[in-house]
Amino acid sequence: MSAPNPAAAVSAAVPAEPATMPGHRVTLGVDRPMRLDSGAELGPFEVAYQTYGALNADRSNAVLICHALTGDHYVLDQHPVTGKPGWWEMLVGPGKPVDTDRYFVICSNVIGGCMGSTGPKETDPATGKPYGLGFPVITIGDMVRAQKLLVEHLGIDQLFCVIGGSMGGMQVLQWAVAYPESVFAAVPIATAARHSAQNIAFHEVGRQAIMADPDWAGGNYLLEGTRPHRGLAVARMAAHITYLSEPALHRKFGRNLQNRQTVTYGFDADFQVESYLRHQGITFVERFDANSYLYITRAMDYFDLAADYGGGTLSNAFRKDGKGTPVRFCLASFSSDWLFPTSESRAIVHALNAVAANVSFVEIRTDKGHDSFLLDEPEFHQVVRGFLDGCAEHRGLTRPSRP
Amino acid sequence: MSPLDENQAAARAASGNGIRTDLKLIAEMVEPGSRVLDVGCGDGALLAFLSRQKGVDARGIELSMDGVHQCVAQGLSVIQGDAETDLKDYPPGAFDYVILSQTLQAMREPRTVLETMTRIGRRAIVSVPNFGYWRIRVQLLLTGRMPVTEKLGYQWWETPNIHFCTIKDFVVLAEEMGIRIERCMIVNRAGRITGHAHSGLANLLGEQGVFLLRRD
Repeated sequence: MSAPNPAAAVSAAVPAEPATMPGHRVTLGVDRPMRLDSGAELGPFEVAYQTYGALNADRSNAVLICHALTGDHYVLDQHPVTGKPGWWEMLVGPGKPVDTDRYFVICSNVIGGCMGSTGPKETDPATGKPYGLGFPVITIGDMVRAQKLLVEHLGIDQLFCVIGGSMGGMQVLQWAVAYPESVFAAVPIATAARHSAQNIAFHEVGRQAIMADPDWAGGNYLLEGTRPHRGLAVARMAAHITYLSEPALHRKFGRNLQNRQTVTYGFDADFQVESYLRHQGITFVERFDANSYLYITRAMDYFDLAADYGGGTLSNAFRKDGKGTPVRFCLASFSSDWLFPTSESRAIVHALNAVAANVSFVEIRTDKGHDSFLLDEPEFHQVVRGFLDGCAEHRGLTRPSRP
Repeated sequence: MSPLDENQAAARAASGNGIRTDLKLIAEMVEPGSRVLDVGCGDGALLAFLSRQKGVDARGIELSMDGVHQCVAQGLSVIQGDAETDLKDYPPGAFDYVILSQTLQAMREPRTVLETMTRIGRRAIVSVPNFGYWRIRVQLLLTGRMPVTEKLGYQWWETPNIHFCTIKDFVVLAEEMGIRIERCMIVNRAGRITGHAHSGLANLLGEQGVFLLRRD
């Protein structure tokens, strides 16, 4: 079989969204619309979320999981579109480091997303048409503001822990800075307190790929009956390279050829790595909306805790009433992550040290790159388990007796 | 395991009490419920002891990844970092005690580290191996080679220790830096306390010194 041609295969893909998606959905901002960082107002709006485990009597065991750029709230469930297992089932579940026998786990699809929360592909009640580019630009702060409304809706005053990797880690930091009294512990993984110029540059490549696709139709593709599959697939291919590391790519593919003995002197996918990336691009467009990709990458680009909360100095963002933040932190980075390198985590650690905050920090040695937080990394999992156990002890959360 | 970890593990095994002699003496100096930073906390033995036995808000900083993993995995608050670069961010008086056990001699700039410790801690506790210990003096005298002892179990070419001092040297440095020695314990081979910081006998018989320091 020759390597799939992305253009041909992709054009056949249609949004295969089941009529009823598993999980919960709530309408928020009904009485009062939510004011966004841009100054625009959003409301009422929908948030899709999933929960696992049970909330205890004093509502002190809730763990909020924040998903990454193209993630969703299906942490443990089989994905309704792709049929793949939940994206964090290695870390979360009964007896796992984030133990659903012990904690009440919540994960919501971010606003601006495309898996049930209000985003550019949803219908704008004002026009009866999809928002498209009429959707207001959102920030990480806005995503977290919506999550706060959801958590309040669930009757929870203080989360035991907020945990997430990459863009999820940005949300964790935002939670700890914007609502320190509502967060007991925070676990930002493979993340940064601001999006770097290099990362903004990569995002811009992805956005330009989408907008250069004629099927994008100025963002109106849902009305026009087209889909910018090619652009979105290219955006995903470029981004996917940044999630891996050179050693990991080399180990997996090297310069091996795809189903052939010699190169073809053409532009087919001669190399396995090309075929792999094309596959990544194709499968991505089946489950993701191009405009959502534009909005969410933009939200990451705008993220800068020091500028937004610290007057340019990150440690100021972690001050509360003249004192250091009461939130207990555990940061983890991965040695081969060049998208969110260890130095970014270390900058956060130094800022937390400057306010004498309670912080743990571990760099995990691995050659698997940024995506390591989604993979089988036993040391990382031990760190999360140990940190949460220690925090549970301090919080007075008793371990449930197992039958 | 890093050389420092091995050193600590060997010393702990030698002490036979679960926790190393100098760590036990250090723990005695710490008031219950205080805020403590253990610099070079290794596998977290002292931190665990302090937080469980004395209700201390215990934090650590450790260079070796293995040490940090072991600490965090048992619920201790520890960051991976270098004492010589990562302590400077802390505000003055951030801790009641900053502890440095058996590590000062491995620092590139012990003086700067001492300065930083006494700035960010209201008090500092430092334990140093005594290079004036009689067995070391005898070894050098008789064999003409760099001494290797149980506590300093490295050949000259493999040792992480780059700035050895005697108890007397340490006392002189502290005086020069305007650091007051509030308390001092001299520990001999049997783990007993045998005299005062300034005595020549302590400098001869002490295998290590444990000092409670405060900036004047």
